[in-house]
Amino acid sequence: MTDSLSAIASRPGAPNPSEVGAAAHEQELLRRAQQGDFTAFEGLVDRFQPRVYSLARRILGQAQDAEDVTQQTFLSLIEHIDQFRGQSAVATWVLRIATNHALKVLRKRRGLPTVALETSVEPEDSYASLPHPEFIAQWKDNPANLAENKELRQLLDAAIAELDERYRMVFVLRDIEGLSVRETAETLGLTEANTKVRLLRARLQLRERLTRALGDEATRVVPDHAHR
Amino acid sequence: MTCEELLKALNDYIDDESVLAICQDFAEHLAGCNPCQVVVDNIRKTILLYQAGEPYPMPPEFQARCRQALREQWKKKFPNAQI
Repeated sequence: MTDSLSAIASRPGAPNPSEVGAAAHEQELLRRAQQGDFTAFEGLVDRFQPRVYSLARRILGQAQDAEDVTQQTFLSLIEHIDQFRGQSAVATWVLRIATNHALKVLRKRRGLPTVALETSVEPEDSYASLPHPEFIAQWKDNPANLAENKELRQLLDAAIAELDERYRMVFVLRDIEGLSVRETAETLGLTEANTKVRLLRARLQLRERLTRALGDEATRVVPDHAHR
Repeated sequence: MTCEELLKALNDYIDDESVLAICQDFAEHLAGCNPCQVVVDNIRKTILLYQAGEPYPMPPEFQARCRQALREQWKKKFPNAQI
């Protein structure tokens, strides 16, 4: 985990050479799979299945639905494999398909039709009444050391599960999976402006929750929301 | 700029620090506001922790079941393919 933290910390906005190489390899696997090469397709499954499963677990919060979404994602990939034209990275395409299947599960849970994502602007999609940071303190340790903490996983899972699903989806796609704001918006059927607001709400809520658990009380500062 | 206004502009700064160059108000407020500095630092660390998370382990029986389903679907899609 520490190694992956280092890799992320050193990663600038643009993809690094190894990411570019991986993306090219995935395009090649897909091209061969489109010609009927099952071994190449299995290569894609090996690369993306853990990521798709984790995305579904984070969005849906439980294993059985995550398994269903994972299997449906790769079945859809087979069905639509000839439709991929390389306009996006293969990873982005796969994650979009997975997200669509996860959305169907969420909508089914709520008893809604499984098509058409909400695009309306709700009050929570504006910057009005953003939740103010209340517990403001430096963390007791840096993320690399915290990552070694076995209880951290439970804390991260609990915090993300408490997010409203609209905010959770955006956070998972943008901040965990690394889609751009535009890709996240397109995947969820939102405007970029709505996506940014939801992302900010997710980040603020997670910050509050994690800082209450990981913050050093001795460094706590009192916010002054009217400060100029 | 107030803390409240900084909050609304926070995403752009977290995602791309260079926006500071075009937002003097933001830079000036952040330089002189310790609570906002800590909030920005907290959010960066929050994102870092989630990005560094290990994938959830998949049950082996699911992997086997899924692979079989994919193989069968592949045969339907590519009847002449060698598997």
